[in-house]
Amino acid sequence: MSDWALNLRAGMARAYARTVGATREPSWVVFDVLLPLLGVAAYIYYYRALGADPAFEGFVVLGGAMTAFWLNVLWGMAAQLYWEREVGNLQLFMVAPMSRMALLAGMALGGLFTSAVRALSTLVLGVLIFQVHMSVADPLALAAVFSLTMLAVYGMGMVLSSLFLMYGRDAWNISNLMQEPVYLVSGFYFPVRELGLGVSALATLIPVTLGLDAMRQLLFGAASQGLLPVWLEASMLALQAAAFFLLARFSLDRMEQRGRREGRLTLRWQ
Amino acid sequence: MAPAIEVRSLSRVFSGRGNTLALDNVDLTVEEGELFGLLGPNGAGKTTLIKILCTLLLPSSGTASVLGHDVDADAKQIRKRINMVSGGEISGYGLLTIRENLWMFTQFYGVPGKVARERIDSLLETFGLQDKADAKLRTVSTGQRQKMNIIRGFATDPELIFLDEPTLGLDVSTSIAIRNYLREWVRERSGRTMLLTTHYMREAEELCDRVAIIDRGRIVAVDTPAGLKRRVGSGSSFLIETTPFDPEPMRSLPGVRGMTARPADGHMNIRMVLDDESVIADVISSIVSSGARVIGLSKNEPTLEDAFMHLVGRGLE
Repeated sequence: MSDWALNLRAGMARAYARTVGATREPSWVVFDVLLPLLGVAAYIYYYRALGADPAFEGFVVLGGAMTAFWLNVLWGMAAQLYWEREVGNLQLFMVAPMSRMALLAGMALGGLFTSAVRALSTLVLGVLIFQVHMSVADPLALAAVFSLTMLAVYGMGMVLSSLFLMYGRDAWNISNLMQEPVYLVSGFYFPVRELGLGVSALATLIPVTLGLDAMRQLLFGAASQGLLPVWLEASMLALQAAAFFLLARFSLDRMEQRGRREGRLTLRWQ
Repeated sequence: MAPAIEVRSLSRVFSGRGNTLALDNVDLTVEEGELFGLLGPNGAGKTTLIKILCTLLLPSSGTASVLGHDVDADAKQIRKRINMVSGGEISGYGLLTIRENLWMFTQFYGVPGKVARERIDSLLETFGLQDKADAKLRTVSTGQRQKMNIIRGFATDPELIFLDEPTLGLDVSTSIAIRNYLREWVRERSGRTMLLTTHYMREAEELCDRVAIIDRGRIVAVDTPAGLKRRVGSGSSFLIETTPFDPEPMRSLPGVRGMTARPADGHMNIRMVLDDESVIADVISSIVSSGARVIGLSKNEPTLEDAFMHLVGRGLE
């Protein structure tokens, strides 16, 4: 069997496990739909109380939907290999002949699917409940920007995954640390330009910043106070996606070799 | 024909709080088609050796090749042709069924879907697990989970399989079922090789063509189980049942080659390998002078446990 066929099978199997696993726990659906909506509601009422432009309510719903993907990247990708080691799966993954990128791509694909369900429900319920108005003038551009954002964000997750594996329990702390601050600096609930040019420029290193800003511009027009032109943000996302995938590949190889040298691919007792 | 496993001057040091020498200058050859056992106490280096051979760990020095490929340079070539199963393994996903977990792991080896399903069904039947095939993994018992792990190892049809304490903590009937399958797998498939680590003497004695005794990171002896037992030589093996006492001082009695003592139901079972039968008189005197009473005494044919005691100077536990 050729390597690409092996890796395709492996990736699809891992994606299947993640997707099917997520549907086996109905209580997750409740938490995944209701809890983000509560966060969104808080921001919307806050903006209404301040008398902000109604477009801000749209920013919040869009940002609320995108949190699903960011949380999945942090907890379902970045911390995943560490968690797999803790439950004893990592050594079986590492003994298998598949590419480690295929494994992570499978995780990403499965995670993307389950997160999309949560994101879509936040988006639909947010629009219906809070009567948020969005106009999709260019659906193709929106789909392209969303796809590039996902590629770049999950590529970043792949890089973090191999790095977190080497930092053991600190992985959890790093994930925690990256959750709320990224909501802030990436402008999940407001135009990122408000943070000033310096902070915004630095925040563009996180792909979700560019993705959100571009999608806001495509959905809310001039009210979105875009940071950069959409075409430029899309180009930067494409570059980031390619860079993260290459970096992930390099990083996984290095971390696996280091793991083999230092005995970190298995639990101590195994 | 190249050996299935060839290890030369292999050492592995774990750094941390002081360096720990887990493997010390190990030499080992396992031929294709062998069911080879690694027998040693906990911490002897068995698992470390298996991890190196499975490409999970690099040697600190020395070389190891598996199916003709170097474990460091050709890991990918090795991985396509091997699999491993560890006792007490908790792998898999609890929300997936046993069948789904098995299918997922076969896909990591690129086994075509139809072939994978047929193999899984056949192995589920062999291990009496077909009734639980569609149960979520988190709902099954430890024994059923371990059977699934064993099936996972064989479902990819490896040329060489590493089994690290495969019956650890399992009940007698499950252990017997697994041992029977392991024996048949090697015998009925030409060119398949198995490396089994265990600290169960009986398992090694029943299953293995050859056994390496490993202790404190060093290979002490390699031979057939019968050959190892012959090494007890002119020595005599005794089982002594006594009332409880501290038997440790008896280790230093002249003529005592090895000893294990296990408390059981208010008494103590002491197994000893002695230079010759005459030493038993001194042993009995020592027991009596310690204030204990001899309840039973029998002389036995040497077992693998006696061979281990003879070679290492103590028992496995």
